[in-house]
Amino acid sequence: MTQPLEMLIETPSQTGGPYVHIGCIPSFAGVEGIYPEDLGLSPIAKGARGEAITVTGSIYDGTGWAMRDAMLESWQADAAGLHPGQQGADPNVSGFCRFAADKDSGEFTLKTVKPGPVMGRDGPLMAPHISLWIVARGINIGLNTRVYFDDEDNSADPLLARIEQRHRVDTLIAKTTGVGAYRFDVRLQGEGETVFLDL
Amino acid sequence: MNDKAALMPRRREAHPVPYWPDYKTSVTRSPSLPLLSMESTPSEETGPRFGHSLIGPLDNNLIVNYTGGKAPAVGERIRVHGRVLDETGRPVPQTLVEIWQANAGGRYRHIKDTYFAPLDPNFGGCGRTLTDADGFYEFMTIRPGAYPWPNRANDWRPMHVHFSIFGHAFGQRLISQMYFEGDPLIDRCPIMATIRDRSQIERLVAPLDMQNSRAMDYLAYKFDIVLRGRRQTMFENKPEGM
Ligand SMILES: [Fe+2]
Repeated sequence: MTQPLEMLIETPSQTGGPYVHIGCIPSFAGVEGIYPEDLGLSPIAKGARGEAITVTGSIYDGTGWAMRDAMLESWQADAAGLHPGQQGADPNVSGFCRFAADKDSGEFTLKTVKPGPVMGRDGPLMAPHISLWIVARGINIGLNTRVYFDDEDNSADPLLARIEQRHRVDTLIAKTTGVGAYRFDVRLQGEGETVFLDL
Repeated sequence: MNDKAALMPRRREAHPVPYWPDYKTSVTRSPSLPLLSMESTPSEETGPRFGHSLIGPLDNNLIVNYTGGKAPAVGERIRVHGRVLDETGRPVPQTLVEIWQANAGGRYRHIKDTYFAPLDPNFGGCGRTLTDADGFYEFMTIRPGAYPWPNRANDWRPMHVHFSIFGHAFGQRLISQMYFEGDPLIDRCPIMATIRDRSQIERLVAPLDMQNSRAMDYLAYKFDIVLRGRRQTMFENKPEGM
């Protein structure tokens, strides 16, 4: 016998289901009047420092269908690479956004400022990135991934460096489509499957 | 607690399997390649925080929050309460807990819900609250009805309340569902069956809590939630070589 470790086990996840919007962004779902506005409408407030950017994309299921019912959350650092709550962080960057695939087209849009490089755990800088969390009906545990940018130097990023099949790195890189505009598509399964994270 | 310490790795065996053919939608929405595992970084160890100014006085009372207190929803009045803890057993204070659910007839206020059970004009179906300094939260609501859903030929969801919990780190983010003690539909539910560990299934089933029920008013159900913890060490965040 040994001493017990006395650790609790994390509560199991369950799918957000088809009505996740009612709970998280009720006004978007047509349930008006309970809250003044939906939570996380924008990750930035007026005066946020840095380059304004728009990331547009879709989330495709294993058949190539752009999902209409996905909800996403993003979390990011400010233009100086500081996360909200850290000393010196831009007070106009909340860093958190909730958004959803469009009910008709399946496309999502995130308007924010481009984050700066972020200090990694043991020193090395991580290339600018936005963390994404995706939930939907049929997704039993939320999927984590990251959005990097094709006009940044990603060569020394410690997370990207761990991807063995180098062609899969590309699934985490948003592509420039215009000034401050990027495209980032997520593929849940099959050809071009996005790298999902466990960290 | 050290807010910069690494998160404990997620114990994937404690969670549902992503691919479960009896839950048909999961077949095309589950990644087929392994996840990329790595120690957490500041991007996962930090997360959004919400203050009391966000929360309205009726936000955690689904019986009346849709009508602003004017008229109560139809249904069996219940109180759902519990604590949010992390894997080390520490309470998670001041963290946002959001819930959503069907009405007493098993119908959601949603354009895509076409079940013919009627909408309740006095029920919206969502609520939110912040945990207190000891991690406690509570909601007043009505017991949601079970409902049929298009999956296999005749599948019904057990009575359930959806939960969304933030914790203090983006890597702790969790969505789950609370079920009710004694519901015979639990063991017939293919979504519940995505959790392969029986003891983990039971952790989603809230017991009737008579001691916290109120006579002539409501029944109580207790639902505790555990989020990922942080590694405990004195050696965190020291310069290399120290
Ligand atoms: Fe549901």
